[in-house]
Formats: sequence, structure tokens, C-alpha cells
Amino acid sequence: MVIHEYQAKGLFKDEGIPTPAGYAAETPEEAKCAAEKLGGKVAVKAQVHAGGRGKAGGIKLAATPEDAEKAAEKILGMSIKGITVKKLWIEEALDIESEYYLGITLDRSNACHVLMASKKGGVDIEQVASDDPSAILKYPVHRHLGILNFQVQDLIYGLELSPVQSKGFTDIVLRLWKLYRDTDCTLAEINPLVWTKGGQWTAGDAKMNFDDSAIYRQPGIEKLIEIVEEDPLERVARREKLAYVHLGGDIGIIGNGAGLVMTTLDVVQKAGGRPANFLDIGGGANAQVVSNAVKLVLSDPEVRGLLINIFGGITRCDEVAKGIAENVRDVRIPVVIRLSGTRENEGRCIIAETSLIPASGMQEAAEKIVSLVKEGGS
Amino acid sequence: MSILINENTRVLVQGITGREGGFHTRQMLDYGTKVVAGVTPGKGGETFEGVPVYNTVADALNRHEIDAAVSFVPARFASDSLMEAASCGIKLLVEITEGIPVHDMVKVKKYLDDMGTILIGPNCPGIITPGECKIGIMPGNIFIPGPVGVISRSGTLTYQVVDELTKAGLGQSTCIGIGGDPIPGIRFTGALRLFSSDPATRVVVLIGEIGGRDEEDAAALAEALGMPVVAFIAGRSAPPGKRMGHAGAIISGSSGTAQAKMEAFQKHGIPVAEFTSDIVQLVKERMAVISNAD
Repeated sequence: MVIHEYQAKGLFKDEGIPTPAGYAAETPEEAKCAAEKLGGKVAVKAQVHAGGRGKAGGIKLAATPEDAEKAAEKILGMSIKGITVKKLWIEEALDIESEYYLGITLDRSNACHVLMASKKGGVDIEQVASDDPSAILKYPVHRHLGILNFQVQDLIYGLELSPVQSKGFTDIVLRLWKLYRDTDCTLAEINPLVWTKGGQWTAGDAKMNFDDSAIYRQPGIEKLIEIVEEDPLERVARREKLAYVHLGGDIGIIGNGAGLVMTTLDVVQKAGGRPANFLDIGGGANAQVVSNAVKLVLSDPEVRGLLINIFGGITRCDEVAKGIAENVRDVRIPVVIRLSGTRENEGRCIIAETSLIPASGMQEAAEKIVSLVKEGGS
Repeated sequence: MSILINENTRVLVQGITGREGGFHTRQMLDYGTKVVAGVTPGKGGETFEGVPVYNTVADALNRHEIDAAVSFVPARFASDSLMEAASCGIKLLVEITEGIPVHDMVKVKKYLDDMGTILIGPNCPGIITPGECKIGIMPGNIFIPGPVGVISRSGTLTYQVVDELTKAGLGQSTCIGIGGDPIPGIRFTGALRLFSSDPATRVVVLIGEIGGRDEEDAAALAEALGMPVVAFIAGRSAPPGKRMGHAGAIISGSSGTAQAKMEAFQKHGIPVAEFTSDIVQLVKERMAVISNAD
């Protein structure tokens, strides 16, 4: 789960990590008003869950409240990597002396958290990592003891910080770790961490990702999920607790198990089709879950064919067949279904009495649905 | 021969009286697995399908010799149950449960490593040595004994592949589902090492998916070990930044793509199946090469 910069900066502020003063805005008038309150030069920043905002024109500097209003007019409604900008963060413009990178994230390979810092802040850190890996200092975080003081000391020497910079820096690192640990973060990143001409540290940007599996114990974070930005179909899926990703093609896909569904997408794509979605009904789904899944996929107006690929283990093919048979009586688009594994014969009997098109394997199923959708479209 | 489990493995089920735990305990018993004890706090003294139930793992170990434990405990209590089993000295744990918080797993993994305990999972189908022992939730009937080792990050995709192997007469030595979480216990590399010292395993089928870089590590190790491997990667058409069901199946930035993984295997001389239906042929080719070399 991801949150916006302005929300992350709110969490930073509560934790005592310095951030520039700012206000959220949803209209040009609100942006103007925010700029008036801040006084002086401001930055108008698009709030979208996509990287590369700056390059896409989603960040503008404004010298006066009127300029801020104009900048807001331009940015609101702009599309950044397919996401429409609906919210802005207006903050005081910073007088930058130098920029650093500071981040904590999960290191999957070493099964630990890792602290990272670089003198090359304010640029795409992935680019730095691939161009000049030595420019990024990395410290594994002790899995029971956390970040230790000597590691921060090491970092201070590595970044060649001055004594006056060091004190505030140590504080920011330790507070960022505390925030990361206490909120079940998988990424907490300050890029750039700015040292101002006035001799202060402040978080120029803020990025935080959280572990979906731990949301149950993070009510404060759960509140920050912004439903408005999610795809409408993905929002329904979240409510129904279905693992769904909207992909935008015209062949709906339903299967059980993430790996099998991903493979089904690959096979459909290879056969010349365009998958509309990823939908994993999970293990042990009953007829009701399957029925919800079918309804969800069919509610996508782009869908012109449906492929259901089930390999029953925990999941029983007859339960799946029941859930599907109930929902496809009035459906006018082709539906191809492959049932293998636990209770496949019972499932196939139920399917035989419907208009569903059976397939004996995944490959055959993919080829059938792709050719049926092509016929329907011509 | 096999890895980790065989016909003599004595199994403890944590969460034996729960809905999933109960159902799969019956399935495991039907398969012939030696389920010798179960644990559900508060139900000590009862029996389930003839298996004695205890309040704690320590109680169960006072009465039984136990080689492995499998856990169906709900996610928010699962990490504690893993550490309980490890602290009592059980050396092989299988965690079926999905949705254990990542921060918990980081701590649990360290604890288990320190104890010298092997963990399979979490969020996995378990492990099976066909015809001998099944610890997990996979449909037992699709597996047959034979020379192919299987390691997979995915559950049902494993069934798809095993079904195709079995129908082609290619049996399996042991199949191990390492699970789809970002912090797994045993990884491809650890399982590969075990298979490479198992004389009964002649080829390993490695079923990976997008996210992380475990497949890349495994590719290099397989070459170093000289272990014949056939690989498959799910998620070629997955978009970046979207979590595809499994918590670990997400492409972040430029890392974790199917393309990078397939290239890593090819670089280390390991054939990658484009479709699951190509796996059988590639396995046969690898076995033919080995037979000719013998």
C-alpha cells in the first residue's frame, strides 16, 4: 500500500522529522489561499501514486499566490503515467544548499531491513544504483536491535557531513527508523533530504509504502488509503477481498492461485489476446466467492470474452462450476472454462448443462477464447 | 531417496482443530503421512481423527518423537507458533498460512536461522515426497514417485506442472513449495543444494515468478553445482508496480521482471520453458543428456 507525499510528510511531522510548511489543495483557489498563508515563493506539487512527477511537469515553482493559482490550474487534471491529478501539495520553496538521499527498505535477498544513503540526492536513485552503485551506502538493519548508533556515525563519515549537519542528521535517521518499524513500512524514503542555505535539514520529498498484510494492526495507516485514486473495479475487488488487477484488455481472466493466473495471462497474450485483468480467487473459494469474481469481471465494459482456469487442490471444481453456472445464464459473451483437479468430473457435469465452452487444458482454453473474441469483433 | 521428508517422518500439526487444519490433517492421514500429534491451545487432552491434541508444542514433545511441524495457525498468531515449534527443537517447519506481516517474518527468520531450523513457506502448499509423505495442502493424487525434483513459488501452478509431468510418466522425488511471500524460509538456492546431494533426483524443475531476485541467485548456483535444471517463470505480461496476488509477486522499478529472470537462467545455460507444456520435453532432453554422459 502506498500513500501520498503530503500524507507521508504528515507522519514525518508527527514523528519529529523536519518537513517544509505546506497545505493540501484540490482547487486552484485553495492553492492560491495556501500560497498566501505560506507567504513568499512556493512549490506546487501533484499528488499521484507515480514516479517521475517532476519530469512530467507535475511540480512547478510559483513566486506569488496568483502564480500558484495558475500553476494549480495547469497541474490539476493533468495525466501522469495514466493517473489524473486530483490533489496538490503546496509547500514553501526551499533554498537548497545540498541534497542527499536517505531511505529504509526491505532487503528481500538478505531477509532484513536495509538503511541506505547517498550524497547523490534529488535524482532517480535507481539510476544512481545502476550507474554508480558505490555512490549508495548501505547498512543492514539488525533484525532484533534495529539501527545502531555506530552505523549512523559511519554514515555521517561516509556522506562527509559537517559537525553542524551531523547532530540533526542522526536524529532524522533514528526517527525515520522508528516510524518505519512502528508502521509496518516496506519503504520509507526521503529524496531529497535537503540541507538548506539557512543551515537546516528538511524532507524535500517523502515516500512511504506499507505491508498490506499488517494493515490490520495499523488503523492510523489504513485511514490514509485514498480510495479516489484506485481504479473503480479494483475498489470493488478490495471490498470483496478478491486479488484483482485491472489490465485494460478485452479478455477477462479468472483462476485460482497467483502463479497459475499469471501464467494464464501469459498464455493468452502469447495466443494473440489482450487480458482485461488478473483475478485470483485464492485457495478454497466457495460458490459465492466465484460468483462475486464473475460479476466483477463481467462489470468491466471492455470485456468481450471470459476465460476461467481452475486447477483444484483445496479448491473444488464443483463449487467453482456452481458459482459460475449461476452467473452466466444471461451472458452474451463467450465463456471458456478449464477445470482440472479435485472433483473435476462433478464440475464438468455442471458445466455440460450450460452454454459454457469447456477446454481440457490451459493452452487449448486460451486459444479458444482468443479466437472467439476475434470472431465476435469482426 | 528424497529430500527433507520420507515415509518415516513424524509430523505435528499446529492448529489441528481449525477448519483448514482439520480438513488437511484428514487428507494427510489418508495419504499415509504419519501425523502423530496436534496442538490447539485450550483443546489439550482431546483427540482429532485419532490423533492426540495438546495445548502446547512442549506438551506434545513430552509424549512423542516429532521430526516436522506444519502450521495452519491464523496469520496474526503464526509467527509466534513458528518460534514455539523451533524453540522446542523441531528442525523442519512448514507454514501454510498466508498474510504474515513482513516485519514479523524478518524477526522469525533470524530466530529460526539461529536455532538451525528449516522453514518451508509461509504462504505455500507445503512439501511432498510422492508415495511416502505429504505435509501440506496439495492434491496427493496427481503426484507419482520418480526422478524429478520440483521447487516452486506458486501452489496451483505447481499442480499444473506436476500434472503434466505425471501424465508424461515423469515422477517426482520431492516437490517443495517455497511460497509466494517476500521473506520466505527456504529459498530456491537452499532447496537446490538439498536436491543436488540427493542421488534419486536427476533433474530439478524450478518454477519461479516475478518479484525479488531469488531466481537469479538460483540460476548461478545451479550452474555452480552442476545440477541439471529446467526453469519456468510466471508473470511475463505483469505490469510494474502491481501486486499480482502473492505479496512477493511485484515488479518494483527495473528489478524482478520475468525478462531479467529468464535471461539469468539462459546466461547460466539453463533452459527456460516458454509454456508449462514445454517443461516435459525439456526435462526429457536434460535426462537424455545425463544418460548419455553416464
